Amino acid sequence: MIINGVHIDDTFAEAFNMRGTRVIITAQNHKWAHIAAATMTGFATSVIACGVEAGIEREMDASETPDGRPGVSILMFAMGSAVLMKQLETRMGQCILTCPTTAAFSGIDGDPETVTRINLGKNLRFFGDGFQTSKLFNGKRYWRVPVMDGEFLTEETTGMVRAVGGGNFLILATSQTQALAACEAAVEAMRQIPNVIMPFPGGVVRSGSKVGSKYKTLIASTNDAFCPTLKGITRTDLSPEIESVMEIVIDGLSDADIRKATRSGIAAACELGASGGIKRISAGNYGGKLGQFQFHLREIMS
Amino acid sequence: MSALAFTLKIKPVQRVDCSPLTPDLLAGKSAKDIAATLLQSGRQQLQADQVFDISGNDSSNIEFSNSNGKLDFIGAHMSCGSVTVHGDVGSYLGLQMKKGSLTVHGNADAYAACGMAGGLLHILGNAGDFIGGALPGDRKGMRGGTVIVTGNAGDRAGDQMRRGVLLIEGDAGEYCASRMIAGTIGVMGKVGKYVGFGMRHGTILLFKPTDFHTTIQDCGHHTLPYLNLMFKSFTPLPSKFAHLSQNRVQKFGGDLASDGKGEILIFA
Repeated sequence: MIINGVHIDDTFAEAFNMRGTRVIITAQNHKWAHIAAATMTGFATSVIACGVEAGIEREMDASETPDGRPGVSILMFAMGSAVLMKQLETRMGQCILTCPTTAAFSGIDGDPETVTRINLGKNLRFFGDGFQTSKLFNGKRYWRVPVMDGEFLTEETTGMVRAVGGGNFLILATSQTQALAACEAAVEAMRQIPNVIMPFPGGVVRSGSKVGSKYKTLIASTNDAFCPTLKGITRTDLSPEIESVMEIVIDGLSDADIRKATRSGIAAACELGASGGIKRISAGNYGGKLGQFQFHLREIMS
Repeated sequence: MSALAFTLKIKPVQRVDCSPLTPDLLAGKSAKDIAATLLQSGRQQLQADQVFDISGNDSSNIEFSNSNGKLDFIGAHMSCGSVTVHGDVGSYLGLQMKKGSLTVHGNADAYAACGMAGGLLHILGNAGDFIGGALPGDRKGMRGGTVIVTGNAGDRAGDQMRRGVLLIEGDAGEYCASRMIAGTIGVMGKVGKYVGFGMRHGTILLFKPTDFHTTIQDCGHHTLPYLNLMFKSFTPLPSKFAHLSQNRVQKFGGDLASDGKGEILIFA
């Protein structure tokens, strides 16, 4: 398959079952909502060492948020519910409670059969040292914790659902500049898709990994088959003209969301075309044995 | 199906306990059974058809007409359906009501919404003392649901209230929100002396400046974002409270003689 001169590999991305949640952060203005959201989703690129993968899903108008202030919605994913709950609580406590003017609300409500309620501000209330008060509006409990800038308002719980993490594709280009330009275009397009985040810096990861290493203690190491500087000395997967490879990783609330995001991302990257230095689109997998989901690039793009 | 209508046809000498006439207790009963329902009145038991002209058959939608202040316990313990009253009602309107809606086009006497747990109670006239309070001897008053009083309320409105919303569009008497445990009380008109006397938690919304007793203390002017959520929850209500929007308030805290965590918010 070739789109605008870009070769789409006959391969697939392998993705995993995860647990995901959404939190709506509001503040006095978008500037501070973004600061809070960026802080909360900082150091959350990969579950390998960060515990969670998190990112900003989108900006929300004042008319869309529960308290009628400008907001940002964030998504957070982890391999298990216990880690997700723990990370949500610590990040809420250190990043949202501390951030001026912010409030936090549940981003997922609905059917209790598919949505599990997990603590959002339920335990943060104890920071109020007895001065905290709760209010119940339309069946939802909110906590008001007195803080030095006024009052920190948070919903008691948010919803956790089964989600999918690890969707990905690789962009292979004839220069680093061109690879990055294609990634930027792809991420920009993918940010318009709801229910997904690209957790790596700017949505892009340059250090794709393979399973295992020559060092016994490492479970993952650099994906040498895709390292352009090793073309001559390792079993490479790159043709001679490829000089740079970058990857975009996608976490989403469902496999359909990831499919949609993958399609729009690859389409945006391919718009730069072979003339823009984009030669090939590939994907990362583990032979299909580890993950519960497979995203076949050609099937998605057809 | 038309609403099951009870039209008062006698002038009761004693008060009449109307608690058997709720959607819950009349569900599935024949017209004959409904007519034979016994109502306590003083030392006597009266049959429903001795007191009321009865028509209609939809027991989930009950109407009282020509009602007066002798009819007590209307809508008591109801957990479904709707009850509408044209005229005044006696005491204990909506006693421990759990769900459904109860509307009174007239005045209510003391202890309306007493121990109420849920549903919507709307009094379009005035309410007596202890609205939203606790049954004498109980330690908790209203613990859920919404009460709207379009007119004025008597003394001790929301006494020992535990949860829920009590909105008074007119004035409230003395000791409003006395011993309040939690919940929300709004008064658009004037309040009498000793508002929030002995309150431990909870919120009182006031729209006219008033004097407080000494253990209610000023906490200054604030903009509280949580009020936006509260106003939003009021918007479906058939009340002037549905149109609130400004969240700038002067906060008073107290009652410091009790737990002292309650708040009285005054909208300037």
